[in-house]
Amino acid sequence: MKISEIIKVLNASIACGEAYIETNIERGFASDLMSDVLTLDTDKMILITGLANMQTIRTVEMADVQCILFVRNKQISEDMLKLAQEHNMVLLQCKYSMFNAVGKLYQAGLEPVY
Amino acid sequence: MEFVYEVEGGDFTKAGNASSAVKKTLKQLNVNPKVVKRIVVALYEAEVNIVAHAYNGTIKVTINSEHIHIVLDDKGPGIPDIDLAMQEGYSTASSKVREMGFGAGMGLPNMKKNVDELNVSSEVDKGTTVEMITYL
Ligand SMILES: Nc1ncnc2c1ncn2[C@@H]1O[C@H](COP(=O)(O)OP(=O)(O)OP(=O)(O)O)[C@@H](O)[C@H]1O
Ligand SMILES: [Mg+2]
Repeated sequence: MKISEIIKVLNASIACGEAYIETNIERGFASDLMSDVLTLDTDKMILITGLANMQTIRTVEMADVQCILFVRNKQISEDMLKLAQEHNMVLLQCKYSMFNAVGKLYQAGLEPVY
Repeated sequence: MEFVYEVEGGDFTKAGNASSAVKKTLKQLNVNPKVVKRIVVALYEAEVNIVAHAYNGTIKVTINSEHIHIVLDDKGPGIPDIDLAMQEGYSTASSKVREMGFGAGMGLPNMKKNVDELNVSSEVDKGTTVEMITYL
């Protein structure tokens, strides 16, 4: 599923990375535990999280994940945005809860990691 | 090649700066991206552990054609039972650390999984040393 489709399904807004919205994403992983994210070895993955801080961005930088969806309108700070842009990441925000956002993406065909 | 970084305990805004710098260097040296990921995931976990659990520390990274050798040395409370700390799910992380997204008790097992050799030694009330070796 392309990032542009994820945006459509969730009515999401895009905070940075407009240039990469045609990138293909195959799997989704939802977690607020960064060490959990760091156990994964999955390409073309989107992280769905309610944790919006610098460590979220650092974690996906280390894990080679390109796209993050923040649920429940979690705010993205200037520092987060700067770091994400530096690493060509796509940051999305949606108003849905984690449960709702994950359900909608699953229904739309996004595969789980496990 | 040798690099040294300072890490300050408690400062989550800077946690990961050293790992990020090492990642950049390894990429520039054209190390296989899969290998780079494994090394920096392990290093990042160890760097966050200093920030989360210790007072301050240093990271020394030595790179040559055969291996990447990383030593993290901190001043802090130390680890009383290393075997216990190595178990998945064991964590003494504070609520502040949990709010930052850490404290799952997965860091040390994660490091073990991602490097060829992991040695942890510690002295209570003094500090902890984590050594990680990855052969190229
Ligand atoms: N540098 C350190 N100094 C003191 N104690 C440490 C240090 N590193 C780890 N520990 C102890 O070992 C425990 C387990 O560490 P580990 O990295 O596996 O989990 P965590 O840091 O608690 O959570 P996570 O890494 O999943 O975010 C910690 O909770 C802490 O008690
Ligand atoms: Mg840890």
